[in-house]
Amino acid sequence: MTLFPHPLLTVIIAVLFLVLTGLSAGQFVLAIAVGIAGGFGYSRLTPDRVRLRRPDLIGLLFGRVVLDIIRSNYAVARLILSEGRDGRRRSGFVRIPLDLTEPNALAILAIIVTSTPGTAWVEHDPADNHLLLHVFDLLEDDDWIHIIKSRYEALLLEIFQ
Amino acid sequence: MSHLEQLPPAVAILIAALVTLGTVLVLLGTVGLVRLGSFYERLHAPTLGTSWGAAGILLGSIVMYSTVGDRLIIHELFIALMVTVTTPVTLMVLGRAALHRDRAEGRPPPNTSPPDAVSPEDQAE
Repeated sequence: MTLFPHPLLTVIIAVLFLVLTGLSAGQFVLAIAVGIAGGFGYSRLTPDRVRLRRPDLIGLLFGRVVLDIIRSNYAVARLILSEGRDGRRRSGFVRIPLDLTEPNALAILAIIVTSTPGTAWVEHDPADNHLLLHVFDLLEDDDWIHIIKSRYEALLLEIFQ
Repeated sequence: MSHLEQLPPAVAILIAALVTLGTVLVLLGTVGLVRLGSFYERLHAPTLGTSWGAAGILLGSIVMYSTVGDRLIIHELFIALMVTVTTPVTLMVLGRAALHRDRAEGRPPPNTSPPDAVSPEDQAE
């Protein structure tokens, strides 16, 4: 039995509490208490502890995702304005075989794919670990399997597994 | 409204640019939601609003209240975090519901089934 079953979650809750209430000694104590309670509550929901093998790579992944989101925002906004390159744009599904099995890492990948306009995570098949992705602008020369695997999955594999 | 007079013009322009960027993206997302052809395509449009649409407006808010107030205001970061984390849930529920309906009606969109699965056309032959 440890005081901090989910240290990262405890820190995030405590910081959130302090930001929303304002910094003072009393609030600081309260924030830590709420954070620890939150950590315990979460450990009742899921017994697995989140293990980060390479937390130093999170910054790199974050930067890459922010850049991709800006780029794809521009691309999708332009496609909507130009009526899909005058009707020549086509969208479709792509099945992507994944190596990632860690549930938290898959959740992060879902957030990345969804936050990036132009790609939508539709379904994950745990039986053969395939992800069904819907791509807004499916171009012949874009290899989506390679894009997802090299840009995001490789980093997530290093961070989590 | 007296706070607004304390804003230096350069900061006001920056805030205006950020908020305009955010609202234009949200507007484009809603236009896409109305005009795009298929359900799966319409899934993509609102993500403009939940990514940089929201980010632009929230960044503008951070700059505005950090300039007018006496300390750094970062409450907006948590709004951004919550919007980002919760969007995939709704999107996945909607996407999978549509896919389930299409499959149940025997007309799954191309490329959505595993390669070894038997498609309805094969069964009919």
